[in-house]
Amino acid sequence: MATTSHRISLKLNGEGHTLEVESNDLLLDVLREKLGTKSPKIGCERGDCGACTVLLDGKTVRSCLILAVEADGREVTTVEGLGKDGPTALQKSFLKHNSFQCGYCAPGIVLAGHELLAKNPAPNEEEVKEALAGNLCRCTGYEPIVRAVLDVRKGKGRRKGK
Amino acid sequence: MNETAVKRRAVAQPKRLSELKSVGRSVERIDGLEKVMGAARYVDDLDFGPNLLHAEIVESPYAHARIKSIDTREAAKVPGVVKVVTGKDFPYQFGLYMKDRYIFAQDKVRFVGEQVAAVIARDPKAAMRAAKKVKVVYEELPPVLDTAMALKGRPELIHPGLGDYQHVPWFFPKARTNIAHWRKTRKGDVAEGFSKADVVFEDTYTVPRYAHCAIETHVIVGLHDLSGRLTLWSASQSPFTQRHLFAEALAPLGLSHKDVRVVTPYVGGGFGGKAGVSMEILGAALATAVRGNPVKVRWSREQEFYNTYQRQGLTARIKLGVKKDGTFTAMEHVLHWDAGAYVEYGANVVNAVGLSATGPYRIPHVSIDSLCVYTNLPPGGPYRGFGYSEFHFGLESHVDRIAKKLGMDPVELRRKNAIREGDTLAYGAHMNPNGLQEAIDKVSVEIGWGREEHSPDPSKVIGKGFSLMWKAPAMPPNAASAAFLKFNEDGSLNIMVSGMEIGQGYLTVMAQIASEVLAVPVEKIRVETPDTDRNAYEWQTVGSHVTWACGNAVKKAALEAREKIFDLVQRVTCLEKDTLYLEDEAVKCKTDPGFVRPFKDFVISGIMAPDGTWKGGPIMGSGMYMPEFTSATGDPETSQGGHPNVHYTVGAAAAAVEIDKETGKMRILKSVLAVDAGKAINPELVNGQIVGGMVQGLATVLYEDMRFDEKGRLLNPNFTDYKIPTAMDVPDEMVPIIIETPQPDGPFGARGVGEHTMIPMASMVANAVEDALGLRIKSMPITAEKVALALKDKH
Repeated sequence: MATTSHRISLKLNGEGHTLEVESNDLLLDVLREKLGTKSPKIGCERGDCGACTVLLDGKTVRSCLILAVEADGREVTTVEGLGKDGPTALQKSFLKHNSFQCGYCAPGIVLAGHELLAKNPAPNEEEVKEALAGNLCRCTGYEPIVRAVLDVRKGKGRRKGK
Repeated sequence: MNETAVKRRAVAQPKRLSELKSVGRSVERIDGLEKVMGAARYVDDLDFGPNLLHAEIVESPYAHARIKSIDTREAAKVPGVVKVVTGKDFPYQFGLYMKDRYIFAQDKVRFVGEQVAAVIARDPKAAMRAAKKVKVVYEELPPVLDTAMALKGRPELIHPGLGDYQHVPWFFPKARTNIAHWRKTRKGDVAEGFSKADVVFEDTYTVPRYAHCAIETHVIVGLHDLSGRLTLWSASQSPFTQRHLFAEALAPLGLSHKDVRVVTPYVGGGFGGKAGVSMEILGAALATAVRGNPVKVRWSREQEFYNTYQRQGLTARIKLGVKKDGTFTAMEHVLHWDAGAYVEYGANVVNAVGLSATGPYRIPHVSIDSLCVYTNLPPGGPYRGFGYSEFHFGLESHVDRIAKKLGMDPVELRRKNAIREGDTLAYGAHMNPNGLQEAIDKVSVEIGWGREEHSPDPSKVIGKGFSLMWKAPAMPPNAASAAFLKFNEDGSLNIMVSGMEIGQGYLTVMAQIASEVLAVPVEKIRVETPDTDRNAYEWQTVGSHVTWACGNAVKKAALEAREKIFDLVQRVTCLEKDTLYLEDEAVKCKTDPGFVRPFKDFVISGIMAPDGTWKGGPIMGSGMYMPEFTSATGDPETSQGGHPNVHYTVGAAAAAVEIDKETGKMRILKSVLAVDAGKAINPELVNGQIVGGMVQGLATVLYEDMRFDEKGRLLNPNFTDYKIPTAMDVPDEMVPIIIETPQPDGPFGARGVGEHTMIPMASMVANAVEDALGLRIKSMPITAEKVALALKDKH
């Protein structure tokens, strides 16, 4: 069970941090417990639910499946960073469409939606659903979430689907 | 592929917006911004500093066994361990409706996963290592894994002490059996009713266990400080009920209710799973073992599956008599509930169904037997729908089948027998105003009932299914709600209530109700999450009753504050009180159009009188509500004589389902649900409950299902093996329909809708499968595999 300590440096929401972590510390736990960033949530601790989603160098990852040492020298973004200068268009759209109920899955879904729109500014409905399929929501039936993403895509107003 | 856009048809809704300014409008949720910005705090997000301790629970590997010995010595030696406790340290029983549960197992264990001991350590890893070193010696007993085994001639008794347990007066346990409660309802004479029937049809339906699967697992942090004060931060739907049960269970330690405080920030989903007290008792008890240090108990996803409440399994035999013209004459409904190892809450699910298992039908002769049966599976308990989803599967399947036997359209048969206002219910009380006929009509039109549809793919067929539903809140007759509200200097408001925002939009709806009475815009109202020290009392957020009950309390609190405002203004200005009214954050006068007194000018520091003195002070309001017309005094043999339910919410649902004839794979092309909300305080939030409930309900019929092995071990305690819907698994089209037949005693006519939207889903799909394939599947879930195998047998 012996673990070793490592000194890692990472950028979290634009700010540099250097800290000591154990070799078996999860990125999720380090973000929450050592860096006080609480929006990534604990849901299943095995990569099934997506509540712990963060952006690692701009790509969504499950922070419960990543060791903190793997984030050394990299950039981590959470919802706290995304909305630093006020809510993004996507966040506003989620608000407008009443997209969340209990809100526990929201940080992960906001990031998954953000990543999708960054890669594909005009996704169709199937693409939105596929991009969100790794983030479980038990409350909403997903419909108001999908609707909110579709509402902010580029060139909306064109036919939905292909 | 069809256009798969998720359509949200704006169904015409009756509006009287000229009269109402806030109520009836789809305002944005007041908790929305916190949630999309990642600012919302849940229990596990709160910081407790370096003294925070972590508990790991030692669990039973057996479904039924006697505990011979527990040796904690090795565990206590693990570095970082602060304390190891066992049942000997907490020999106390607890429970909501029946005290049959233990903080830690005492002489025996009754399900796999039951808590036997706990290790408290400075970090979670040390606690986990030490928990593995607690040595427990068991003597295995034969496990009782289903209701048939539990009810046979001379069964193994799971609770030999059942006869001595304390329980509410409306439970009827049978000592020296495994029957924890038996609710009997008798109306008329069923023998006579069946003799008048032209067709009598009988069959049995089965429903497995299900898991709530809130994405946040249960978590509690307890701190018993050195002054003796016990504070709990709990992910709960029931802060006041928790406080009461903690204080009761730990009374031997000298705790009083005033010294116990439960704080509940946002909750990451409840669905009934976080109602009452389940694992939270551990946080309360363990805190007392390590005074001065906060201690956290957080369930892993696996524990969330096997040691919270589960939805109970059901075997239901239905016998229904009907005349040639379709009139129902009699019903016999016998329900055996697999209630699990402890039924302190689950027995009330059984009770609720025992009163209402006729479904929303007028039936002159009724006999219902609803039996709460102990088994060695995890404790059953409340789950969105509170037993109604379970019995509707059989009932609404059965109604379709009897329609077929009569050669009658199943919707026509339902319309003919649907309950109406004033009808006598099975237990003798009368049905409340409701829009069931309107729901049937609107859903029929929306789904195109009677219009056959064909898939463009010859390997697929399309079937349609219909189902009705009803449900009443299940609550003790004296379940109460209360509210405080207070004005701030700028005329904004804080409301302190103790219903839980479990996602349904409760905070927003309370703000809308206060806004309507006090003419303060919703954006200027903050509704606080509960803290039992400061917020007003609420029994629990269950039964879809808080919009109605707590809404009444908030309305009364707002009216009290308004009265204080009118009194003050009359006293200082000499304007007649009954000429005053509130509008746009100000007091105005009907007879003096020039009189406008903005709230911000006086709601804290009062109004200056002509002589320079000041009158008034901070304006506050308080309100309470209890349904004073209810009682639970029905006769034990017939249930006649009481008034156990406040009212029913009704509705109808239908679906078009496309099925692959080779694989059995189903796709929901369209799902429609109409619910009678009485008055939708916020229509968009009601739509949210409809859409979310439909998807959750569809999952129970299409694929979810808890599987246990022959030793009572849960085989699928994770999201890989217990699959819940993803964004890819929703119907192509979902249509929510809101009916508004006012509830006379509801705030602005409102009644609850949260649970109801799941209830008709399973039977609706079962009926669509029969319509498409001529196959009747009588056990849930109706998986693709089950359909494919049944098709194979048929050919």
